Amino acid sequence: MSKILGLTGDETAAEAMRQINPDVLAAYPITPQTETVQRFSEFVADGVVSTEMVRVESEHSAMSACVGASAAGARTMTATSANGLALMWEIVYIAASYRLPIVMVVVNRALSGPINIHCDHSDSMGARDSGWIQIYSENCQEVYDNLIQAVRIAEDKDVLLPVMVTFDGFIISHAMERVEILEDEEVRKFIGEFKSPHSLLDIDNPVTYGPLDLYDYYFEHKRQQIEAMKKAPSVIRKVGREFKELSGRSYDLMEGYNMEDAELILVAAGSTAGTVKTAVDELREEGVKAGLLKIRVFRPFPYEEIAQALRGAKAVAVLDRSASFGAQGGPLFLEVRSSLFEEDRRSPVINYIYGLGGRDIKVEEIKQVYTHLEEIAQGKKPIELVDCLGVRE
Amino acid sequence: MKEKGWKEIPIGGLILEAGNAEKYKTGSWRTFRPVRDEEKCNNCLICWIYCPDSSIIVEEGRIKDVDYAHCKGCGICAVQCPRKAIKMVEEGR
Repeated sequence: MSKILGLTGDETAAEAMRQINPDVLAAYPITPQTETVQRFSEFVADGVVSTEMVRVESEHSAMSACVGASAAGARTMTATSANGLALMWEIVYIAASYRLPIVMVVVNRALSGPINIHCDHSDSMGARDSGWIQIYSENCQEVYDNLIQAVRIAEDKDVLLPVMVTFDGFIISHAMERVEILEDEEVRKFIGEFKSPHSLLDIDNPVTYGPLDLYDYYFEHKRQQIEAMKKAPSVIRKVGREFKELSGRSYDLMEGYNMEDAELILVAAGSTAGTVKTAVDELREEGVKAGLLKIRVFRPFPYEEIAQALRGAKAVAVLDRSASFGAQGGPLFLEVRSSLFEEDRRSPVINYIYGLGGRDIKVEEIKQVYTHLEEIAQGKKPIELVDCLGVRE
Repeated sequence: MKEKGWKEIPIGGLILEAGNAEKYKTGSWRTFRPVRDEEKCNNCLICWIYCPDSSIIVEEGRIKDVDYAHCKGCGICAVQCPRKAIKMVEEGR
């Protein structure tokens, strides 16, 4: 049984966290994440959860407290955005390298400067090599579903990696949507109890976290992290299947929309996937074979599945909501394009950087991208391999 | 000590065996070694308290030797010794 609530993205995240009822939550407020932690702190104050909430003086301390708590065997969560994630930086890497299954909400916001509080993916994309699993959410329902699943994924004995669940600042975090919420008891059963394999508080099995690790063993520990990421996709899928049995909602590494016979395909992550779906629906009515490939899991990157999904496409455009300055294109583009390198027949792939600093992206603009893909499919050379969408000249 | 492969070691750089730092020999880091003057030393054990590597070997309340397999030559013992009974001597001399 589930109930239906009207919630913003931030409130949805707080509701999922209430049901997860982590042992420890350490966080510092930052727009547009603030309401998540604000609402959760109300749950703490009202005694609705048994979480030890650590009020810290910065995000660096927030992630540090999370590392300590998780190493002590506590189920641990936090939430942040943009510059808050940037201030956590060194500890973000440490959390992953100590293999601590912390779950972090990242409400995507542009990194300063110039200072901006609105959505783009520069914050979490910047952390793509930190060793965290990254799951992008299209809407409030996915925020809820992804957070519940993230706990299981992070704590799986074959994975033991921290997980970021991201959603778009303001567009999702402050917009109210219909969200199906499971029963508290169902969530409790689904996530189970966290039993740390190496708890600092287990005095019968003493463990040291964080010793010096030089040229003799550091590389071997990094190799283990690479292996954990390799094992993660099957765990993410297994958890997704079990979650479907519980909720009826299906989750995989990515989602195809009208992909069966699609010839012109857009690849996108986050809330824009929803806008692309509307464009696809309108184009399908006009007889255009348009499709969307939505990236849910960016780390580990599902390169084999992407190559398979794009096989036979006549033209592909990747939408990146962040710029990788000096690179050939955006981070999503680079990895999607690289995924196709082993293909016998490679589809043409172009890139659009869009939506930086919260710049709105409209259905019409997306339809223009499909129009350009149609021209490319007919043999026309792309105007630019990498271009910006929605910027003034 | 034979170095192990990535499949044989605990994840995350964790150490699961208490006190196994002893297996990691740090004596080769040393450029100066502490040498004790037995006549000046009155076995107050201040050096034993201060040594960060537990390299002052004590038996029945008296200093027996320095554990040169682990002593890094930091010189804290020489600085702390109230009777100036420990000298740091350059290795190789």
